[in-house]
Amino acid sequence: MPNRLTVSASSTQRTFTWYALYALVIMLLSRTVVGWVGAYYEQILIFIGINITLAVSLNLVLGFAGQFSIGHAGFMALGGYSSAALSYFVLNPALMSLPLDGMLHAVLENVALAIVLFAGGIAAAIAGLLVGIPTLRLRGDYLAIATLGMGEIIRVVILNTNFVGGARGFTDIPRWTGFTWVYLIAGACVLVVRNLIASTSGRALTALREDEDAAAAMGINTTRHKVMAFVLGAFFAGMAGGLLAHYMQYLHTNSFTFLRSIEIVVFVVLGGGGSITGSIIAAAVLTVLPEALRVAQSWRMVSYSLLLVIMMLTRPQGLMGGREFHWSWILPRRKQA
Amino acid sequence: MIETGKKLRRLSACVGLLSLVVLAATCAPQDKTIRIGVFSSLTGNTATFGISSKYGIQMAADEWNSRGGLLGKPIELIIEDDQSKPEEAALAITKLINQNKVSAILGEIASSRTLAGAPIAQRAGIPLITPASTNPKVTKVGDFIFRVCYTDSFQGVVCARFAVQKLGLKRLAILKDIKNDYSIGLADYFRQNVQALGAQIVTEESYSEGDTDFRAQITSMKAANPEGIFIPGYYTEAGLIAKQVAEQNLNVRLIGGDGWDSPRTVEIGGAAVEGAFFCNHYSAEDTARLVQDFVAMFKKKHNEVPDAMAPLSYDAANLLFAAIQSAGSAEGHAIRDAIASTKDFPGVCGSITIDAERNARKSAIMLQISGGKLKKYDVIYP
Repeated sequence: MPNRLTVSASSTQRTFTWYALYALVIMLLSRTVVGWVGAYYEQILIFIGINITLAVSLNLVLGFAGQFSIGHAGFMALGGYSSAALSYFVLNPALMSLPLDGMLHAVLENVALAIVLFAGGIAAAIAGLLVGIPTLRLRGDYLAIATLGMGEIIRVVILNTNFVGGARGFTDIPRWTGFTWVYLIAGACVLVVRNLIASTSGRALTALREDEDAAAAMGINTTRHKVMAFVLGAFFAGMAGGLLAHYMQYLHTNSFTFLRSIEIVVFVVLGGGGSITGSIIAAAVLTVLPEALRVAQSWRMVSYSLLLVIMMLTRPQGLMGGREFHWSWILPRRKQA
Repeated sequence: MIETGKKLRRLSACVGLLSLVVLAATCAPQDKTIRIGVFSSLTGNTATFGISSKYGIQMAADEWNSRGGLLGKPIELIIEDDQSKPEEAALAITKLINQNKVSAILGEIASSRTLAGAPIAQRAGIPLITPASTNPKVTKVGDFIFRVCYTDSFQGVVCARFAVQKLGLKRLAILKDIKNDYSIGLADYFRQNVQALGAQIVTEESYSEGDTDFRAQITSMKAANPEGIFIPGYYTEAGLIAKQVAEQNLNVRLIGGDGWDSPRTVEIGGAAVEGAFFCNHYSAEDTARLVQDFVAMFKKKHNEVPDAMAPLSYDAANLLFAAIQSAGSAEGHAIRDAIASTKDFPGVCGSITIDAERNARKSAIMLQISGGKLKKYDVIYP
């Protein structure tokens, strides 16, 4: 469980200290535990990390701002394909042409990865901005349909773009990511969303979720805030797409159908809208569950769906129901003020 | 407190012992069987293909086991589902390699999922044979990746040669599924080869998977006056297209690829697909003994006529087992070398020679639909 979710407001400096600590722990883990558990569990952990990023970033839009978006897979696809295109056509050939020794090569590879991930995030964020400005004037069902359509448009455009493989899929993407990068991004995503929620803008988002008209009457620029949440959500979804691309070494538009968007919505709803902890737990549980259910063989997906139904029936408010993890859970001495 | 401490210690000792037992249990069979991993789409949108493929592989393994197994050990198949999703395929293949320690992997029909899994097998040095992924990129992943089917490019050549040389058509049209890699690939190779053979592609129209109305495309094709239409899509759309072509009184030859291979083509198309041709991997009515034995056995076990995925998977499994037998070892490199040197392997879907690109060189069959049945019309050699 990430250990950064204290509820007290923290200064920028404290935030950075926490993140540096977290990064250190992740790097230590990747050197020890991850190597020890073997490639299969490592891969599951990596998918959990990517799904956490997706779930938390959608939670910002869906859970905190209350905007029903089901186009997250589209942003993920855009981020994945643009970062993969950048590394495949530009950075990787450049890196390969340099006569470097192992160490320097590894360092530059990580720099290149940071660049392409960021570029993927930006590409998705720009798309989020372009789509968000007109569609976020819509509410509820209409917004859901508009975002659904937008996600499909992105997917079909990629499907018909030949230089990124089109319908045949994008192959030979360099394998630059692993456990460390996936969790650094997931951690950054959690941190940014958490701090945003604790800020004035975050309060405005929550206000407009509860009652958009009331929020507008209080002087909150609702469209601006919704677009901001949407763009930030898209940015992290794009990063997650980039991580997936550089881990799988292969992208196919079949991975980004609206079913994928629904899957992310399920993470958020099951975890409890408006709870970062919930999104993290749900993303982890729902990634592990299909793997754990392999023993059920042909009944695997049936039992998975059944478990989903049971979970939703028993906890309709989601696993966490809007609450967050707090240190007081495990350290009873430090009572919440 | 002390009491709980003791209990805890006892508990952890028990857990420790138990995990040792489990570890021992999972490690022990390593030498008693030859483990072969299978990843397949048993659920999701192409589940029928995945299940057929699984049946084919199981039949091959059962036959080898009844003859005494491989290298004196029984074959153990470990079959994992990938829900028809690329990421799940990657997870399944990682599990097979790292948890089950399989010697080789058989799998995936869809190229997109084989491509997601192949780099993992290549890195681990575990040979992978795909029964039916026709995308040329699949075997380019590395020297551990093989296939026993022909590629899209070969199928394009076959259909073009058949249309131009056998049927003598000069003016051809293409109606492809724009959302499907297989369909687009086939259309590309068909166009290139038809033009190379001196015939003409008069028009090229497209649709999207799931469409049910093709009248607009057919009307516009009618204006170009083609003699034949190549429809490199799947059976549902192909049947509907054939029907609507007949409705518009467009009297042309219809030609398709192996995506037509389903009883649904005739069910949907009815009289409209009568006389249509399509390229396939095998014909269930082939009189060759190998084919008839396979079909009879499959019918007995599963009570249906196998589609092409079952015999292709059966061939892939048999080829792999034969390679392991001749390698005399279940080690990755030895198996790979044995697969790579396969020559004239007698398969249900024709004899297979693995070429230097790790693709299968084999013949293709053109089937004609007549009287609602599939009849072998012609065999085209590479």
